[in-house]
Parts: sequence; structure tokens; C-alpha cells
Amino acid sequence: MSGDADQHIHIDPYERNWIRIAIGFLVFFVVMILVAGLALGIQVPTDEGRVDPNTLDQDSRFGNPGLREIVPGEEYEVYIVAHRFSFTPREITVPKGAKVTFWATSGDVQHGFALEGTNVNMMLVPGQVSKLSATFDTPGQYDFICHEYCGLGHAVMFGTVTVES
Amino acid sequence: MIEDRTTQPVRELTKSEKRFVGIHIIFAVAALSIGIQYGPMQALEHAGLDLYPKLSFLASSYYQGLTLHGVLNALIWTTFFITGFLTMVVIRGLQRPLKYPWLNRLGFWMMVVGLVTTAIPILADKATVLYTFYPPMEASSLFYIGLVLVVVGSWIEGYGMYFTFYAWRKENPGTRSPFVALASVITMAMWQIATLGVATEILAIILPSVFGWTSGTDPQLSRTLFWFTGHPLVYFWVLPAYLSWYAFLPKQVGGKMFSDSLARLVFWLFLVLSTPLGFHHQFTDPGIPAGWKFIHALLTLAVSFPSLLTLFTVIASLEYGGRKRGGKGLFGWIKALPWSNPSVVWQLLAGILFVFGGIGGIINASYNVNLALHNTSWIPGHFHLTVASAATMSFVGISFWLVPYLTGKPLWKPKLAAAGAWIYFGGMLIFSNAMHVIGLLGAPRRTPLGLAPYIPEEWAGHLWRIGFGGTIMWIGLMIFIIVTLVTAVQRKRLPADELVEVPIAESIRDPQATPVWLDRWRPWLITAILLVVLSYGPQLYEQITQVQLTSPGFSP
Ligand code: HEM
Ligand SMILES: [Cu+2]
Repeated sequence: MSGDADQHIHIDPYERNWIRIAIGFLVFFVVMILVAGLALGIQVPTDEGRVDPNTLDQDSRFGNPGLREIVPGEEYEVYIVAHRFSFTPREITVPKGAKVTFWATSGDVQHGFALEGTNVNMMLVPGQVSKLSATFDTPGQYDFICHEYCGLGHAVMFGTVTVES
Repeated sequence: MIEDRTTQPVRELTKSEKRFVGIHIIFAVAALSIGIQYGPMQALEHAGLDLYPKLSFLASSYYQGLTLHGVLNALIWTTFFITGFLTMVVIRGLQRPLKYPWLNRLGFWMMVVGLVTTAIPILADKATVLYTFYPPMEASSLFYIGLVLVVVGSWIEGYGMYFTFYAWRKENPGTRSPFVALASVITMAMWQIATLGVATEILAIILPSVFGWTSGTDPQLSRTLFWFTGHPLVYFWVLPAYLSWYAFLPKQVGGKMFSDSLARLVFWLFLVLSTPLGFHHQFTDPGIPAGWKFIHALLTLAVSFPSLLTLFTVIASLEYGGRKRGGKGLFGWIKALPWSNPSVVWQLLAGILFVFGGIGGIINASYNVNLALHNTSWIPGHFHLTVASAATMSFVGISFWLVPYLTGKPLWKPKLAAAGAWIYFGGMLIFSNAMHVIGLLGAPRRTPLGLAPYIPEEWAGHLWRIGFGGTIMWIGLMIFIIVTLVTAVQRKRLPADELVEVPIAESIRDPQATPVWLDRWRPWLITAILLVVLSYGPQLYEQITQVQLTSPGFSP
């Protein structure tokens, strides 16, 4: 029986190699995430401040939801309010090539907002403001779907972005 | 066979200890038997076959069924099985009775009262809030009170195990604690730290709002506290499976534990790393700075390290067993494993599915990659490979020796029991693949897709596979339930010389050679708490000091 003096953990040589490979994998993943975030600019939502979900109609941004043109043909902002079981506005039309920033919040329970064919995917939490952008290079129809259970009508909750050529 | 280095005979569980463990398993299997009935209903609904009108006695809506499916499978089946199994492992591993059996009993019956209290409002359709119960969606107060009782009951069972472990320590100075007992108590300690989040959410935010003592909830803070618990919850499910793969499965295939030290190291790493990373469930949340999300993404990749170690160590000990059974060549040892043993085959297939589950997990955790799949069908596709495969299939495998051990009765129809593993495995491959694919195509989760107006034609080819695979999975698990039930109620008993033993594997190296620092609680516990404080402290401070209870409750 070996004594307590040996405080080193015994590691099999094969296992040592596997540990190296495993650490290599994980470092590679971190690098890929950094490339996607910094070089390709794919960002997750961040803290955009709060809003009172009970008085959204008096809010300077969400009191009047809809599309705002910032640079005609190029840059747009849209303010969206989610209520059970619909988005306001439901239909948004932008020209091809437009960069659209989506600002959204909820006036009741938690909802989701996932826009087909883009990296726009965010939770809409009452009291919080969610924001992500997408650039539309291909004309067509893109649905945005509520992907968090918000009540018995959840399955019908969606809207559409139309990109005109 | 006695693998003890001492010559003392093994102390098996007493009759009353077996009964106490057994009643855990009864509640667990009962919960699973009800919970999985909704699985194929959901899957077939996706495929276009709406059974809800015909089976309205089972659920008045898709969502009520989904609440039952999530709560009974993911919370009740797991928690009852795990506490029962770990109680058995602690007693058998330490070769001594529980220090305070009344404490464990108190914890268990509290869980039972909690289960009943939670179930009543769900069945009455007064808690159709799904198993994540995000506020401000509001359920009957009984739902939350019941959940708190289940969690606190499981803590108390954990304390009972801890006191027993501590008593053993006092009685055996200088001896390394048995790995299986240490791993059990580490799992319960991790659970204790992790569940502080959800306990705070319910007691400090939700219940005061439900009772009308406050003006409402702060949904963002609630989410943060929920996911503080929500991710380590998955380790609570998976660690008992790891324990079985490390220390029981090798014995069942005729081998030994590859490394006692590495197995301990892995469990300590889980204690330290399981909790400080919950923001990876909140990558798409507003109200949390992206920088903190990134830090949690890095910590999540770090916690995959002990799982990668497990992959190696478990395969190595299986190979050792396979070669001892005469397997030759690069892959011959795989064929030599006892695939016809129902307990072994369920666990081997669990491990294979978990490789896919683990890869998916790393993808989910990869920060901005998460935008492609958050809250899509990909996610249930993923966790049916983890909780419904790695954990559930391992628990099924364990049950196939545990139930004969506890009852002294032979397993009924072992061939059928083993076939069930392949059926469930095959169904899962089809189901989970299709769920992942439509998730990437944009299908939302938690949605009866048959009612959704936005489903494109192209999904049809995948949707039927969900219904088909899901139905096959159901058959696999029904085989488990029936085999277990018949085994337990049959008259036949095992003759005295064929009684089932607890298959605890010996380590290839003497456990006494394991360094002392792998058998000490303090450094690991302090590191665990420190990491939680560092990774959650600043954000929790921020969210708590700026709390706004502005969301009144809404019924679904
Ligand atoms: C008979 C086999 C099973 C089938 C066919 C099945 C099918 C499904 C389906 C289709 C969903 C997705 C529902 C949706 O997002 O709209 C789902 C959700 C879920 N399943 Fe299963 N399942 C089975 C067994 C299990 C088991 C054994 C567990 C856990 C031990 C489990 C845990 C869950 C959980 C936690 C959810 C998520 C609930 C939620 O989103 O609130 N399932 N299941
Ligand atoms: Cu919604």
C-alpha cells in the first residue's frame, strides 16, 4: 500500500495526450467565438436599459411602434411591442439592402422574437428593452416568430418583414 | 464477490433501508409512467396527428400536457430516482447505516407532500406555466409551494447523506473515503448550492407577488435566479449517471475502475464549475451585459473539460473489461462487452447518445452561435439526448439491477428489457435528429406546430419523423415500466445463492494511493462558492439594487 506522501495524481500517458487534445479543442472553440463576434460582428443582445411595461403607450419609443427611416434605403429602426398574442406592427416593409435595427419589448408576459434567415433571436422580457440588427440583401418574406410560451394562443403569434427589390 | 481489502463481509442494506430506497424508485417510476404519455402526443401533434381532442382526459391543452411532461419527467422522475439511488450508494459505499435515518425520512416525505401539492394545481389546469414557470405568467400558489417542498426535501436528504459521510470520516481516520459515497455527497452538495437560485426566486419574488404582498415581479431578475439553478440542474441529472459509468458499469462488464483519482477530480471539478455559468441560458436575454454573457460562455466551455475526461476514462475502463473478456484488436473489445445484459446495454447506449448530446451542448454554449438555435426545436432535440437519454437511460439500466437487489426477485424477461434499449435508442436517433434539423430551419419550441400559421412546406419531411421516432421511444420506455412493474410484483424470488449484489468496481490502482487533496472538502467548497460570487455577484447586485416589481401576474 503506498502511503500518503505521494500527493501527485497518477495520470496514464494516453490520458495525458487526451487532456492535451481536449484543452486544444476548447481553446479552438473560444477562438472561433471571438472570430464570429469581433471579425464577423455577430453580437448577442446586451443591457439596453429599462422601460415600464404598464405604461408603454406613453413611452417615447414604444408609445408609437413602427418603422423609422434613418437613412433612406439604407438604415432603418423598428420599434415592436409584443402583447398576447400579436406583435405591433405585424408587417414591416423595407427595401433590399436595408440594415434594420429591431427594438422590442413586451407589454405583458415573456415572449420570444426570432427572425427567420437572420441572427436576430431574442427574448422579450417585460420591463426590459431588446435590440438586435439584421441586413436584408435578398428580397422576400421573412417571418418573425414568438418562440417563448406566452399563453394559450402562443402558436399563432408571428409577424412578417417584407423585403422589396 | 467481496472486493473489500479488509476481510470483513460486505454490509448489505437492511430490509428497512431497502424499503426506504425502494419507495423512492416507486415514486420515480410512477412519475415517469405518467410523464411520458404526453411525449408521443406532442411528437405526433408536430407530425399532424392531433390526439388532444380524443385524449382530453389526459390534458385539456397541449400546454397542460407539456407542463406535466416537463415537471414529471425532468423534475420528479429524476429527483426521486437520484435521491433514492444516492441514498443506497452512500449506505452501501460506506458500509454503515444512515447516521440520522429520521432526517432522510423527513426529507423524503417532504418531497412527497411537495409532489402532491404541485400536482393538484397542474392537473386542475391551474398551473399551465410549463416547468420553467417564468413570471409574470402565474400559477396557483400551491404549484410553487409544492416545488419548494420538493427542493427543500431533497436538501434534507442531502444533509442526511452528509452527516452519514461525516460520521464515517470520524470512524475511519486516514482512510480514503470510498469514491462512490464521496461522489454521491458531492452531487448533493452541488445541488444544495445550485438550488439557492430557484428557492430565492420563488420565496422572495414569485410567492409574495402571488399572495398580493407586492405589486408584481421583476421578470428579468427572476430569469437570472431561475437559470442560476437551471443549468446545474442538468449536472444533478447527469452526475449520478457518471457515477454509475465510473464505478458500477466497469464491474458489470467484468473490469475495473480505470482511475480512482481522476474520477474524484472530475466530481470535484463539477462541484466547482457547475453553477457559475447560468447566463449561457440567457445569451438572448435583454438586461444582461454581453461581457458577462461571454464570461459565462468561457466558464461553460471549462465545465465541458471534466466531461471530456469522463469520456476517456469511461471508455478506458470499458476497454479494460472488454479485453479481460477476451476481446482482441482495435475494436474487438467492444464486441466482447456483455451487450445482452439489459442493465449494461441501456447504459452503453446512453453513453453513445450522450456523445451527441455533449457536442450539441458545446454548440449551445458557444455564445453567438446560440442565436441560431435558442428556443428552437433544436433545444428539446438536444436535451432528449441528455436528460432523456444519458440520465434516463442510465437510470433505467441501474434499475435493472437495483430493483432485483431491493426486492430479492429476478428481473422479468431480461431479453425484452435489453431489446427496449435498442428500441428507445433507435427512436431517439430519428426523433432527435429531426428536432435538431427543424430547429435550425427556425421551428420554435413549446409550440403545437399543427396550429401555427407560419409552417413552410419544407418542414413536412422532418415533422413526420418526430412523430414516428417519438412513438418508438415511447415503446422503449413502456417496456422498462412494464418489466420493472412485473419484476416488483411477481411472486418468484431469487434463491439465496443467486441474490443480486451491488456492482461496485475496484480501482486498478489502490484508492489509498489517491492524493489527500482529492479527499478534502474545504478547498473545493471554498473555490466553488468563490467562483459563484465572482461570476454572479456583480450582476446579481446590479439587478437586485435596481429591482422593479412592475409585472403583475397573468394567467395563461
Ligand atoms: C416517450 C418518449 C418521449 C417523447 C416522444 C418526448 C417528446 C417530446 C417533445 C416532442 C417535446 C417538445 C415539445 C415542445 O417543445 O413543444 C418534449 C419536451 C420535453 N421533454 Fe420529452 N419526450 C419523451 C421523453 C422524455 C423524457 C424521458 C424526459 C426527461 C426525463 C423528457 C423531458 C422533456 C422536457 C424537459 C421537455 C421540455 C418541456 C418544455 O419545453 O416545457 N421527455 N418531449
Ligand atoms: Cu408570444
